[in-house]
Amino acid sequence: MRRNLFIAVCMLLAFVLQSTVGKWIAFGGVSPNLLIIAVAAFGFMCGTKCGLITGFVAGILWDMFYGSMPGFYAMLLMYIGYMNGAFKQIFYKEDIKLPLILIMISDFIYGLVCYILQFLLRGRFHFPHYMLYVILPEVVYTMLLTMVIYPPLKSVTLKLDDLSQGRESSNA
Amino acid sequence: MRRKRRKFTIPSKYLLLILTVVCVVLMGVSAFTDLISAPLLNVAGGIIVPMQTGVSRIGESLSRKKDEVVNIRDVMARNEELKEQIDALVIENNALAQDKYELNQLRQLYELDQQYAAYEKIGAHVVSKDPGNWFSGFVIDKGQKDGIGVDMNVMAGSGLVGRVTEVGDNWAKVLSIINDKSSVSAMVLSTEDTCIVEGNLETMKSGMITFSKLVSEEGSVKEGDKLVTSYISTKYLPGILIGYVTEINPDSNHLTNSGYITPAVDFSHLQEVLVVTTRKNLYGSDGGEAQ
Repeated sequence: MRRNLFIAVCMLLAFVLQSTVGKWIAFGGVSPNLLIIAVAAFGFMCGTKCGLITGFVAGILWDMFYGSMPGFYAMLLMYIGYMNGAFKQIFYKEDIKLPLILIMISDFIYGLVCYILQFLLRGRFHFPHYMLYVILPEVVYTMLLTMVIYPPLKSVTLKLDDLSQGRESSNA
Repeated sequence: MRRKRRKFTIPSKYLLLILTVVCVVLMGVSAFTDLISAPLLNVAGGIIVPMQTGVSRIGESLSRKKDEVVNIRDVMARNEELKEQIDALVIENNALAQDKYELNQLRQLYELDQQYAAYEKIGAHVVSKDPGNWFSGFVIDKGQKDGIGVDMNVMAGSGLVGRVTEVGDNWAKVLSIINDKSSVSAMVLSTEDTCIVEGNLETMKSGMITFSKLVSEEGSVKEGDKLVTSYISTKYLPGILIGYVTEINPDSNHLTNSGYITPAVDFSHLQEVLVVTTRKNLYGSDGGEAQ
């Protein structure tokens, strides 16, 4: 319960920060993607269901304020959360490589899908440019940010997780 | 060991399926109407916009402080430059003032409406921007309560920023002209040739957006010419400065021209905007669209 509350607060915070602070820390016009970090991290830390719900909620917020088509980002982030959730089995907390790789792949998929569905289909064919100036910088920047915010996020989430699991087992 | 009653839970696979269907329905419905987004938005807007406003205010002051420190040398150099420019402009201004006097007289002669001389405007702060790197839109801290409505034009300084696409009680969403999905009907001020100005993410990296379908005599439109919103636009009021032509190339059909313009507004440092409360009078607005 407490963990879920923490996740909800985190997602809200991530969205607010992303839409306000995101542009000031932009480097060469590209800002890192906090939402992807949060959705992916909660996905592989807490499982598929948690991942897909956080993804859906974050996506819906994004859609409502900025999307031109409600449901697009919700669906995209939901699948990203779900796919990350599938890696819960091989996730263990001391390892930082897996989270980094998962977040990198998630952000890359997000960028690729955004390009294909929102740009390629409207006749913007110059893929190398978008790859070089939007997708890759975002992935790199997001990875750097991950290294900063992932460790504290992980320790709090896992601590709350242990607490709730401990309480449940003592109840049973 | 099933003493404890199990909570009813949906397996995540089915939940994924259900939510996917929800998303698809949302996308489908929103393609035809805006029934869904409006009420949802108002609920969320009440909670999130105040938070964004707070964070934005703090950041605005911080980034201003940072800019002050970083830019002071630039500013001093610019200051000299600008002083020279002022002298030149004063001379130009005198000439223009004379022209304006003449223009006013001519307008009276032709009984032209002076409706475009002074649009009513409301100032607003930018509170948040699109979280992704693909599109540029933003939300401002004024909404329906302040008299803002959909399709009102948004300016910053003397240039066009975009138009309002959605409104809540205390916020409004603005589609900027540099957004990859935006297009504006424009007109070259000097020759009155019309064209279409489109936002473009690719060229925006070098600070430009594109224009196309410009029909004009060869050589009549030159680099540096002003582009303003045209009289035939359905959403934009005529005569608002969009930007300056920076490159013009003839198309392969030898009929039209296309090229790049530099927007008059500095979109990367947009903090305050002006919303023009005068809306373009659509033909459909009084008594239904023809046919």
